[in-house]
Amino acid sequence: MGAGHWHRAGAGALNGGGPFLAVAAGDRHGLAIVLFTLFVSVTLAITAWAGRRRSSSVEFFAGGRLFTPMENGFAIAGDYMSAASFLGISGLIALFGYDGLLYSVGFLVAWLVVLMLVAELVRNCGRYTLADVLAARMRRRPVRIAAGTASVTVSILYLVAQMVGAGSLVGVLLGGSDSRTARTWTVVGVGALMMFYVAFGGMRATTWIQIVKTVLLIGGTVALTVLVLVRFHGDFGRLLHTAAANSGHGEAFLGPGLKYGGSWTSRLDFISLGLALVLGTAGLPHILSRFYTVPTARSARRSVVWAIGLIGVFYLMTIVLGFGAAALVGSAKVHDSNAAGNTAVPLLAEVLGGGSGTTGGAVLFAVVGAVAFATILAVVAGITLASSASVAHDLYATWRRRGPDAPGGPAAAQGEMEQGEVRVARFAAVGVGAVAIALSLLAQDQNVAFLVGLAFAVAASANLPALLYSLFWRRFTTRGAVWSVYGGLLPSLLLVALSPVVSGRPDALLPGVDFHVFPLENPGLVSVPLGILAGWLGTVTSREPADDAAYAEMEVRSLTGAGAA
Amino acid sequence: MNDDNGGDAGPLRMNDPWHDPSGAGVWIPEQQAPTQRAPMPQVSVGPAQAAGQSAVDGGAVRYLEVQGSPAFREVRDRYRRFVFPMTAAFLGWYLLYLVAATTAPGLMAHKVAGELNVAMVAGLAQFASTFLLTWAYARHARVRRDRRALDLRWALATGTGRGRAR
Repeated sequence: MGAGHWHRAGAGALNGGGPFLAVAAGDRHGLAIVLFTLFVSVTLAITAWAGRRRSSSVEFFAGGRLFTPMENGFAIAGDYMSAASFLGISGLIALFGYDGLLYSVGFLVAWLVVLMLVAELVRNCGRYTLADVLAARMRRRPVRIAAGTASVTVSILYLVAQMVGAGSLVGVLLGGSDSRTARTWTVVGVGALMMFYVAFGGMRATTWIQIVKTVLLIGGTVALTVLVLVRFHGDFGRLLHTAAANSGHGEAFLGPGLKYGGSWTSRLDFISLGLALVLGTAGLPHILSRFYTVPTARSARRSVVWAIGLIGVFYLMTIVLGFGAAALVGSAKVHDSNAAGNTAVPLLAEVLGGGSGTTGGAVLFAVVGAVAFATILAVVAGITLASSASVAHDLYATWRRRGPDAPGGPAAAQGEMEQGEVRVARFAAVGVGAVAIALSLLAQDQNVAFLVGLAFAVAASANLPALLYSLFWRRFTTRGAVWSVYGGLLPSLLLVALSPVVSGRPDALLPGVDFHVFPLENPGLVSVPLGILAGWLGTVTSREPADDAAYAEMEVRSLTGAGAA
Repeated sequence: MNDDNGGDAGPLRMNDPWHDPSGAGVWIPEQQAPTQRAPMPQVSVGPAQAAGQSAVDGGAVRYLEVQGSPAFREVRDRYRRFVFPMTAAFLGWYLLYLVAATTAPGLMAHKVAGELNVAMVAGLAQFASTFLLTWAYARHARVRRDRRALDLRWALATGTGRGRAR
């Protein structure tokens, strides 16, 4: 995820891959392709099976709402653990030691916000999207448009980051003589698959794909972790000692500061990112929509407990893999293979299997490649589904439903409306996918590592304040909700446009010009307080008072589940 | 939507195992504080009867009454009294860790035991505290809140005849 630095994987594939790629093009290549094909076949079968059901909106957006907490917990973990977590964080640990671990702590602690403040209440108050919760007590039209826009923005940012990452990753893993072509076809192929999963299989197919992916990812990670620990006879201290010795940094490798300890700007930047990570998770649309796939708030809570268990254990294992790669492969060799460290785990797998050129090494390398590919496919499918739900259920439905927004209406008209939403959502999945493919192809040679952090920052500054205000603040008004969403969304986008990632640096998006005035890469430190402030300001300047009855309904429903969809 | 047939969506079923017929802990209108503005209509109002009245206004009044009832306040206060301090605590502890790791690497590199330094111990402690708080929250919700919330949901569903809100 945030640990991406995917762009450098692309650079590595183009010119830094050297000896690694030469070997990669050999025998393990074939096995990796067989495993990829196997996984894709399974996911297509799941989609075909799920697509045979009748397509009500509950079926399409929420998978019928009858998943068990365990199934949903696995699916949440699948939505959350991207290839960047698997390869990126381990790679950062392999290169920079302790500083890589800082990411995983932020990614995990964020789930306490989800568990305590969001999951159950959102399950009780909404039907398919974040905007449902805001619209429950506000004037629907403005808040739906605002929340829908913010959700689609977050999803597209995240999607482009993942797809560019997928291109780089598969390019690096498969090697191949022309990796630029390989990357282009990977982006197109991943995009086509995710559109197919979502448009035909809806939430049910997406959920099962996530579950299969989580089982594969956790299984692969457990196997590698056990192999690393067996190498060191279960002695974690010796693992750390060897890692420090083989890292080239000595004892400094085991403490913070190698990556983020430079200038005060870079330290502040990391604090900003940490804030965005811990608050953004609870505002990610594809995470929020997962709570609607279970029947009750209690099952939503139990899903999150499952997810925290899986995610926590997974991140603990990535620590072992990262230090293991530093100890067994060596930081210098990891860096030579890929400057961002994304190949640390595949290289580690090869060493654990018996080394380069052995059958065991080739098999484990291929397995890691296939798991990473499965991980990417599942994550992009989940995001595509959430953004298509926002387009259809929030934006399109609001546009269709002109006139006063009276709740309910004749059941027949409502049913027809929902059929329309499902149809639109299928097209929206294709549309979002097409936009994501186009942007990813445009950006595939660019430095897009900041996009994941930006997606989290937008979610933390636009979605989370509005959500928490609506759930907990009696006086919150429609204007407050709209201001809080735009007051978080626009500053974060604007600050990034004025930051060094867009202009003023050799590796910026527009390297030729320099109009950067904001020093940090991640806007969270400024935009999150702005989102909170805008929500408060909009509320206290509102002419219309808050609707006490609507808040009473929201509060009672959120805590008791009365009238929940 | 017929989601209540599955999982633990039990409260709307007639033979609800959570529903304690003795009335212990159940929200009953007669037990409301005398300061209540309007008397709560009897819970025995039949679904058909309730559905006949204006669903929106009737529902809104009902929700206001439930919101003011001691039984609901108890659920809300138990929730908030647990969640707000805990959120402040874990966010504070995380920010402290983050700031210490970025601004005081020297302190964090201090050895504690063997290869373990302060930073490693603090990082693993973050994992441990997250697991611990997850367990504590789930237990608190299960033991202190779930049953009362289900009782309230039951009372609302039977009292207003408006179990579903589309």
